[in-house]
Amino acid sequence: MKNINILKPTNANFQTYLYIGSGFILIGIFDVFLRSFFNLNFSTFLPDILNFFLPLIIGLIGFQMIRLEYSGNRLVDKINQSVNNNTFNAGLTLVIIFLTLLVIPPALNWMIFEATISGNTKEACAATEGACWTYIKVWFRRFMYGMYPNDFHWRINTAFIFLIGFAFVGYFMRGKLKNYITFYYAILYPIIAFIIINFLISGGSFGLEWVETNAWGGLSLTFIVSFFGLIFCFPLGMILALGRRSELPVIRYISIGYIEFWRGVPLITVLFMSSVMFPMFLPSDAFVDKLIRVIAAIILFEAAYVAEVIRGGLQALPRGQYDAAKSLGMGYWKMQIFVILPQALKLVIPGIANTFLALVKDTPLIFVVGLSEVVGMLQMAKTNPKWLGYAMEGYIFASILFWIICYAMSKYSQYLELKYKTER
Amino acid sequence: MPESIIQMKEVNKWFGDFQVLKDINLEVKEKQKIVVCGPSGSGKSTLIRCINRLEEHQKGQIIVDGNELSEKTKDIEKIRAEVGMVFQQFNLFPHLSILDNCTLAPIWVKKTPKKQAEEFAMRQLEQVQIADQAAKFPGQLSGGQQQRAALARALCMEPKIMLFDEPTSALDPEMIKEVLDAMVSLAKGGMTMIVVTHEMGFAKEVADEVVFMDEGMIVERAKTNDFFANPKNERTKLFLSQIL
Repeated sequence: MKNINILKPTNANFQTYLYIGSGFILIGIFDVFLRSFFNLNFSTFLPDILNFFLPLIIGLIGFQMIRLEYSGNRLVDKINQSVNNNTFNAGLTLVIIFLTLLVIPPALNWMIFEATISGNTKEACAATEGACWTYIKVWFRRFMYGMYPNDFHWRINTAFIFLIGFAFVGYFMRGKLKNYITFYYAILYPIIAFIIINFLISGGSFGLEWVETNAWGGLSLTFIVSFFGLIFCFPLGMILALGRRSELPVIRYISIGYIEFWRGVPLITVLFMSSVMFPMFLPSDAFVDKLIRVIAAIILFEAAYVAEVIRGGLQALPRGQYDAAKSLGMGYWKMQIFVILPQALKLVIPGIANTFLALVKDTPLIFVVGLSEVVGMLQMAKTNPKWLGYAMEGYIFASILFWIICYAMSKYSQYLELKYKTER
Repeated sequence: MPESIIQMKEVNKWFGDFQVLKDINLEVKEKQKIVVCGPSGSGKSTLIRCINRLEEHQKGQIIVDGNELSEKTKDIEKIRAEVGMVFQQFNLFPHLSILDNCTLAPIWVKKTPKKQAEEFAMRQLEQVQIADQAAKFPGQLSGGQQQRAALARALCMEPKIMLFDEPTSALDPEMIKEVLDAMVSLAKGGMTMIVVTHEMGFAKEVADEVVFMDEGMIVERAKTNDFFANPKNERTKLFLSQIL
């Protein structure tokens, strides 16, 4: 009998089992560590399959030896409860640790230790197996500014500095000015932004050379498209959400029709139509810039999604809120602006953030009309005959950029949620 | 006798096929206090919600302070501003502080300057004895405090008429008294009040008349003393025997 239970600890002998068990676990992990980082394997004398699974077996034995319902050691108890409550979970834990150990060295090697960033040509990367960051370095300005002329990049930078500066104006509004904060962000700021971008980036006046929007591109174009997309699709979506709940049939059916139409078509076709079909409906001498058409298409498209998210918030409010607002003599708009929307919007911050993140990540689709933001520039760079074969580096670079932007937005939405939280 | 401030003539209302109000005739004079009682589902709430047109009646005439309520009524907001209402579920605005709850409508509907509105609101909050809670949010207050805040909010519009839709039904028993006390002192101040309630003690104390409703009809209307001392209708007797 005693032999069968040799792996089962008891309270009496737990100390001994604990030392031996954790020793086994550490040996297992250390073995994988050596194999992965230093390519050392001490058990090659064993049959292949046993050699392969040896760390797992040793680790499992170790976990088996420290598994005791109540050991008195807080750390061990915690481990037993969360990852070592049965052999399967212990095995999963080990496999996850092993996989992490196995993945890190090659990834680090590729991204850092064997990577190259020196030089200015593809030849600099020829000698190494690792990532060719030279490629990103050489193309960096293209990824940021597209085909915008190199000499004028300061114009884009200046424009963005102004945009950020004006975005912070709200923080300095005090006293009476504070009443106009919504007006500023909803109406004045978009106009200011448009003027800045029009004069600085587009140019054509004040001695600045005109740069056509076809040449815009890279991350700066991502920002421009997302920026106007976000600030305009929100109010439009809000109006559509109210329209869909309106008591006037005409407004309600128009809103429903609009929302269902735009939600039913893929963004890529909308963008395509905005560039190809839309000009056909215009008189031949009328001209709307391609970029404006594309941004308008994105706004109209995303507004339908925003509308449905906001409608969810409107429906979550109890009817009593409407009753109370009406009984105080508020008309429809006063009721919506002061009572209903503030509560509904607060409820749907996560949903709105979701839609906005999707919008930002949808911007690469504007490649279908020949505009190249950062991912579009990547496509262009990877098919450049001088730089074939470095797509991976480009995509990783773009992923990191998008991740930073989206994570920042997500964090900001969480901050807003906390800021507007009131007890019910 | 002063002029009737509320007149309801042959008012009928249906929810779909179901008739909730049947030939309601009711006149309320200025400074009168009317208590409406009756079993649940008898149409009491619908009746008073018709008075500020939170519900629309389909037949008959409702005249509030000289204005008839109908689809054609253009400035229904103006009439509602004169008719305050307190709800069973308080319906405070949870995203605003108690003080902001009280000043929102005066500032935006009556265009009172902010400072003046706040001073007036603080006086109303003192009246209902929750001035010290003014900066808190509704969710931080007890039910009784919330209902008194809702009363103060309605009073901030300086209404001519106050409607109460079962103001104490959602409250814990120990909080009912504080709300009723606030209502009694309001009644003593000479407000025109229509109160839907099951609190018969309150009715005895302040009501001029009691209206008993059943199945959408006004079954009996009498001076308070008569109503409790010798009810005439069988259904009234049954109802009173059940709740007293």
